[in-house]
Amino acid sequence: MNPMLELRGVLVRRNGRPVLEIERLAIQHGEVLALLGPNGAGKSTLLLVLARLLLPERGEIIFQGTAQSSATDLAYRRRVGLVLQDPLLLDGSVLYNICLGLRFRGWSERTARPRAQAWLERLGIGPLRDRPARQISGGEAQRVALARAFVLEPDLLLLDEPFHSLDRPMRAALMADLRQLLSETGTTTVIITHDPHEVDQLSGRAIALRDGRLVGSPSGAGSWTAGAP
Amino acid sequence: MFGELGSITLLSLQVSGLATLLSLTLGLPFGTWLALGRFRGRSLVLSTINTGMALPPVVVGLVVAILLWRSGPLGELRLIYTPAAIVLAQIVIAAPVVTGLTAAALQQLDPRLQLQLLGLGASRGQMIWALWREARLPLLAALMAGFGSVISEVGASMMVGGNIRGQTRVLTTAIVLETSRGEFERAMALGLLLLGITFLINAGLTWIQQHGARRP
Repeated sequence: MNPMLELRGVLVRRNGRPVLEIERLAIQHGEVLALLGPNGAGKSTLLLVLARLLLPERGEIIFQGTAQSSATDLAYRRRVGLVLQDPLLLDGSVLYNICLGLRFRGWSERTARPRAQAWLERLGIGPLRDRPARQISGGEAQRVALARAFVLEPDLLLLDEPFHSLDRPMRAALMADLRQLLSETGTTTVIITHDPHEVDQLSGRAIALRDGRLVGSPSGAGSWTAGAP
Repeated sequence: MFGELGSITLLSLQVSGLATLLSLTLGLPFGTWLALGRFRGRSLVLSTINTGMALPPVVVGLVVAILLWRSGPLGELRLIYTPAAIVLAQIVIAAPVVTGLTAAALQQLDPRLQLQLLGLGASRGQMIWALWREARLPLLAALMAGFGSVISEVGASMMVGGNIRGQTRVLTTAIVLETSRGEFERAMALGLLLLGITFLINAGLTWIQQHGARRP
């Protein structure tokens, strides 16, 4: 089976020094792939390359059989959902934030609202709909950030340590919800994490990076895959 | 008296309002480019713009007057001692103010916001629009500062406009004239009028700014 996404011969250099060198990485449809590695290993760089927000010096990204180029960047980015470590919510209501990606895709406010509302409910933040996004708690904000990505129903979801700033109970609750959502939607996902427990909970496969290179799958990764029963 | 006072006030508002709007048209995109762009010499351009924010109006007036003088390089346009010449000089004063404050406003935003917006599927134009919206309060402050810098200047208006009665006399040049005649009461009344107008316009913009700040 052809992979959904494939990286071939990718090289990213910073100040002349290679920070990411990947000969080949394939991600299958419906797979939840965990990216592990110490700080500075190149995990976030890889995620930005996957999001086409950082263009590599050489190498290609093949998405559903088509090599991506600057001409296809916008269309590609509109099939991807990105959640960074911090929620980075904009000044406006929670609903405004969740509708943002849909509005970028040309949806009217009237058509975007019901879909946004549905995802607010699915992430358990329905009552926050009209609250100013800057006045909600950290855990709530991270749920809004996830809803803002899920509402786009992306083909590929990229998560950069989404539980990074949360305390343990909040992290456990959000992780359980995320696991359920990924299972229900079958969204192909790449998630950066430091936590082996998260790998077990969320991912079907884990790969580790060190000094910008893939160093194989660590042991202890679970066998669960999004969309699996 | 009221007829003349009315036309002086109206001309002041027209000239400075137009100069501010044109400065915004130039300064908003240029300041955005400076804030978001990554290119060699960016710091030098930013430093130059920041220096331009403190340009002495009288020096601007001198340079624009030399350019527009009948024997000068732009003399054929016959703009010297016209309201258009004052607008031109005031743009030179206000555009760096709007540009510099626009760049500062956008640089204060979290740089990762650009990545997040692009990651949500924004085109470059949509991203810039969202960043402007995010920085709308300091951007309004940039607009107010730009207007404030030109409505209150006298040097450039005097040098390129000539303070011609019924043609290029604005509130600030009228104040200078009345003071030179020893008509302090009239000069003071004009000064208060200028202050009152500036206050009303800034109060309006501040209301919009604060209303925007309270909006969820």
